[in-house]
Amino acid sequence: MRHLLSTKDLSHEEAVLLLDTTAAMAATQGREIKKLPTLRGRTVVNLFFEDSTRTRISFETAAKRLSADVINFSAKGSSVSKGESLKDTALTLKAMGADAVVVRHHASGAPHFLAQPGLLDVPVINAGDGTHQHPTQALLDAFTLRRHLANTSANPGQVPGVDAGVGHDLAGRKIAIVGDVLHSRVARANVALLATLGAHVTLVAPPTLVPVGVHTWPCSVSYDFTSTLTQWQPDAVMMLRVQRERMSAAGGGFFPSPAEYSRQYGLDAARLQMLADHAIVLHPGPMNRGLEISAQAADSPRSVIVEQVANGVAARMAVLYLLLASEQTPATV
Amino acid sequence: MSGVDAHGGSGVHPDGVEVLGEADIARALTRIAHEIVERNKGGSDLVVMGIPTRGVALAQRLAHRLASVDRSVDPQRVLGTLDVTMYRDDLHRQPPRTIGRTRVPEVGLDGKVVVLVDDVLFSGRTIRAALDALQDLGRPKAVQLAALVDRGHRELPIRPDYVGKNLPTSLSEKVRVHVREHDGHDGVTIVGQDQ
Repeated sequence: MRHLLSTKDLSHEEAVLLLDTTAAMAATQGREIKKLPTLRGRTVVNLFFEDSTRTRISFETAAKRLSADVINFSAKGSSVSKGESLKDTALTLKAMGADAVVVRHHASGAPHFLAQPGLLDVPVINAGDGTHQHPTQALLDAFTLRRHLANTSANPGQVPGVDAGVGHDLAGRKIAIVGDVLHSRVARANVALLATLGAHVTLVAPPTLVPVGVHTWPCSVSYDFTSTLTQWQPDAVMMLRVQRERMSAAGGGFFPSPAEYSRQYGLDAARLQMLADHAIVLHPGPMNRGLEISAQAADSPRSVIVEQVANGVAARMAVLYLLLASEQTPATV
Repeated sequence: MSGVDAHGGSGVHPDGVEVLGEADIARALTRIAHEIVERNKGGSDLVVMGIPTRGVALAQRLAHRLASVDRSVDPQRVLGTLDVTMYRDDLHRQPPRTIGRTRVPEVGLDGKVVVLVDDVLFSGRTIRAALDALQDLGRPKAVQLAALVDRGHRELPIRPDYVGKNLPTSLSEKVRVHVREHDGHDGVTIVGQDQ
């Protein structure tokens, strides 16, 4: 593994190794001294062409916990807004001696461009590109799922140890991903990774928010949230954020009104009751309380949303460790 | 194969010359347990930390022997493991290593005498990393080092307090420690000299 661009590139073995390494990293985060000297002297550049404070802070925390130096590069106010190309930005980073580049870009495929041989020659980590992929989010979701579903007889609300499920995948687990699949890189990254790990995924969305070609994905599709919950009994429900700008007719008219969306596809108190005893609720954040998820569901003992944030730091530490700890000499040298 | 007895060995093994057998390892650990109790005037303040992978199995056996020497020692309460992977200074020269587990015993490390246990003491870099790792976990009163085999070639000023066997080796040789818990049998072999 040289880059982390897409969860589709990960083999089963690599995916389990990433989750196991995440568990090891999470174990170090419970200590009094959280910082490790592992990546001392390495420089990680956070290259964010799209605003995302949460993801950037998570990557920055992960790199700093491993003692790497972090440079934050935001496109706003930089020469990128004056027309500098992605290629020139990449060459600048190369000249500065970056050891890894974390990139968030509004265009799908931008991280692949940076990862092409001869351009940067350092590991490139995709922190979300367009509507394509968000692999570290999928890894932290898979880690959270494995941790909670390893022992399904445990009470919801009780956080299992970081070691729960180590060495295992998610074989046979049923996960429903609900909401705006069409625009969601989180859904795409999750479908690929969860399928690799052996889980069954059902996408639940209004027909207008299901992408063309979804039949080629390794998952099922449902348009009825309630019957999916009652008949399929998923082990976990992953709610997706609905972008407010997409609700109106001007934004594309994907659904008639927020109230109707909420009634059909929101996780409210009634639907929360339909879940199996061990089932958990995930959300990549930030949430629209009252739209895709009710406050009651977001704050219920089943909700692992806050834990996902903590696991995000551990998952990103694992990715940085596996990509950076060994020497990444370019093939040409 | 020649030079069978160059290291006081007891026979030829499929993967090298066996220099310590099961009984030798058992005897060495018993002796080390007595030395530890004698030097620390009892076992009340002891914590035993094994370094993965084989150091953990050896630490476990050592803790049980300490308990049989000094009844105040509870082997489960004093036993821990210390993974040093993330503290190594040679990470960038090797493929990524799988990170192991660190388990600090319930009693903690503060004010305790920590006995680090490893199978082979060689360059001393693992122990340097272990000392760094310990520093992040607490402040022991003292740290002591027990190694089943000391093969020399130190690159750092580190010296063991308890040694099962001193084994002068050449750099071209490899010392392999096998323990029942991982390899199905106990034994120390030396390979590479004539191969």
